[in-house]
Amino acid sequence: MNEQNILIVRCGEVALKGMNKPYFEKMLQDRIRRNLKDFKGVDVKRQEGLIFVRADKELDIDTIIKQTAKVFGVASISKAVEAESELNSIGAAAVEYMNGLIEKRGVKTFKVEGKRADKTFPVKSPEIGRIIGAKVLVGCKVLKVDVHNPDVLLHVDVRSDRTYIYEGKVAGFGGLPLGTNGKGLVLLSGGIDSPVAAWMMAKRGMMIEAMHFHSYPYTSPRAQEKVEDLARILAEYCGRFKMHVINLLPIQEAIVENCPEEETTILVRRFMMRIAERIAKDNDCMMLITGENLGQVASQTAESLVVTDASVSMPVMRPLIAMDKVDIMDKAQEIGTYETSILPYEDCCTVFLPKHPTTKPRLEKILESESKLDCEALIEAAVASQEIVNIRVE
Amino acid sequence: MFVYLDNSATTKPYNETVEVMTKVLTEDFGNPSSLHTLGIAAEKYVRGARKTFAQSLGASEEEVYFTSCGTESDNTALMGVAQARRRSGNKIITTAVEHPAILEPAKRLESMGFEVEYIGVDKQCHLDMEQLKSAITDDTVLISVMAVNNETGTIMPVEEIVKLRDSLNKNALIHTDAVQAYGKIPMDLRGGFKGVDLLSVSGHKIHGPKGIGGLYIKKGLNVTPFIIGGGQEKHFRSGTENTAGIAGFGKAIEISNNNFEHRIKAMSEAKDFLANGLKAELKDIIFNTPEDSAVSVLNVSFMGTRGEVLLHTLEQDGIFISTGSACSSNKKGQSHVLGAMGLKPKEIEGAIRFSFSEFNTIEEMEYVLEKVKKAVTRFRKLGSFR
Repeated sequence: MNEQNILIVRCGEVALKGMNKPYFEKMLQDRIRRNLKDFKGVDVKRQEGLIFVRADKELDIDTIIKQTAKVFGVASISKAVEAESELNSIGAAAVEYMNGLIEKRGVKTFKVEGKRADKTFPVKSPEIGRIIGAKVLVGCKVLKVDVHNPDVLLHVDVRSDRTYIYEGKVAGFGGLPLGTNGKGLVLLSGGIDSPVAAWMMAKRGMMIEAMHFHSYPYTSPRAQEKVEDLARILAEYCGRFKMHVINLLPIQEAIVENCPEEETTILVRRFMMRIAERIAKDNDCMMLITGENLGQVASQTAESLVVTDASVSMPVMRPLIAMDKVDIMDKAQEIGTYETSILPYEDCCTVFLPKHPTTKPRLEKILESESKLDCEALIEAAVASQEIVNIRVE
Repeated sequence: MFVYLDNSATTKPYNETVEVMTKVLTEDFGNPSSLHTLGIAAEKYVRGARKTFAQSLGASEEEVYFTSCGTESDNTALMGVAQARRRSGNKIITTAVEHPAILEPAKRLESMGFEVEYIGVDKQCHLDMEQLKSAITDDTVLISVMAVNNETGTIMPVEEIVKLRDSLNKNALIHTDAVQAYGKIPMDLRGGFKGVDLLSVSGHKIHGPKGIGGLYIKKGLNVTPFIIGGGQEKHFRSGTENTAGIAGFGKAIEISNNNFEHRIKAMSEAKDFLANGLKAELKDIIFNTPEDSAVSVLNVSFMGTRGEVLLHTLEQDGIFISTGSACSSNKKGQSHVLGAMGLKPKEIEGAIRFSFSEFNTIEEMEYVLEKVKKAVTRFRKLGSFR
């Protein structure tokens, strides 16, 4: 067998799932495998509530850790070395591990935190710490014990067949494995909010499909490229997905010609929702997802949201609804969409922006305006004109 | 129909340009510095192109250098003169409507302690000669004025600028960014351009390849090199010669020069036809290009529209143009040239630039006219509340 690096992957909420736990664990294992499929020589196994990733030494372990941390459902990851579950082997492995750290980082103090998952192991957890600590002191002459502020907190995790030795954790995002919570269709605009909304739903295990509206030639083809770039960033977390692209200009033109100017935005939003609902139904999506955020713009006041919501019967998920903009921006930075989102291409929402958009629309009035349009025909034509872009990490 | 009207951005290389480049890249690929026959074969292309280039300007071969692009030529001229003349004065004069290849090094020089004065223009991009006159001081080391503006086609009065310099400060050097002028207006360093000390050109604006530029520096002038290393181009511009680019550039100069009269006539006919047609058929338009401009450019503001939308509408019809502003929601995208001309934001927003080559035909212009009319009318009907 090749020499291997070992990662201990801890499951977050998956561990709380009672009877369904094996299903969630299996989904998580499967998702980790998919995220690491480009690496040949990686083995992903479930064992005693943990997932172990073993990767051949010559593979880039930092990238493997990064890719694993992107899997929803992963709480944290530690890079470990293993030993036989027998005190002398554990001690020898701990000494070797610490010698490595002395060489690499010049550590001077340490503390051992012992734990025995295998209760048949003859030595109890606090004793493990003391015994291995003593062995390390003998084996690494330069080290001292510091129980309060050690340079290295060395974990010794004794399990039935093997014992794992590691320090530190890389945090994952938590959440639930993709595919454990149905599929939703996100309205992706190219702004900061909608990618974050999609990401947050995906984090709860929802598969994602996307739809994008443009107003070419009123919007630039570069604006759509930007949305595709954003979608590809999402695909690093959500796997590959379809993006339905529709030109909204014919509908916008009909609205501008026939309806009051101040209602333009809200009318357009209602059309977007209805078109999205059709696309969702055709593609087995059970919910719509938007980046709407209470009070952010005229079309996102409480009154506007009520009127928008009334256009569809499918549940609309708005995971950002109560977040502050700065927090959404932080989240976008964290997941890596922010820099792309702020590129200055106009999206279709701002093309026919009225001077004074209505902030308190009334449904009856909006319905009256819509009665001047052949909504059904417009929606059908829009759905029929969709183009599909397959989004995958390049 | 495919109509390419963005020739100020770049031109389609002549077939002969591509042919000679292919030959250099596949057969005569040697390094001109090599001592063997392959090197000598490659050197021949460089020498031939240098001769063609020099002759086209009325310069001698030792006065011209090949660079990587117009931007490098401009950067070299500004930085090189400023560095070499640091002790003779501290002032540099340029214009507010230069290409960023001039404006950015000018800014850099400001941050290094130089005083830079930017001469303004009027609504048709004509230079404020009074301001220029009072700007030239004893302290002035360089006056850099473009020969033809890239957005409006306005021809700058190089001859008069030389006269002003001669009468006010003989020691100040004159550089002209002739990237948009070369091959579009007559240019002779023994005639109308006499007295110009440095001059920049670019290959891809005259049906040559991208990645090649040229710089003229009057014999005897001391200009500090910008790129240093292996000592190519008489120690003025290091780096292994871009032999294919140089050969392609030389070929493009040769063809465009030999057909100069024909090319000017074709461009001018296309431009006049389009301008007259627009004037006759559309209301509320403003010509930002003056009557006496270079034949290559026509800049028009279609009031109540947005240039970018017209651009995307026309590209669907196979017509390729450019705009004065990238996107109205983004101020940074607005043309600094049209801004300096004092155009209002709405005028800049609706501005588009048609730029011509000798390949454009009247038939194409009829088609463009029809499509522009349609696009403008459609937009005006819809975009009224923006």
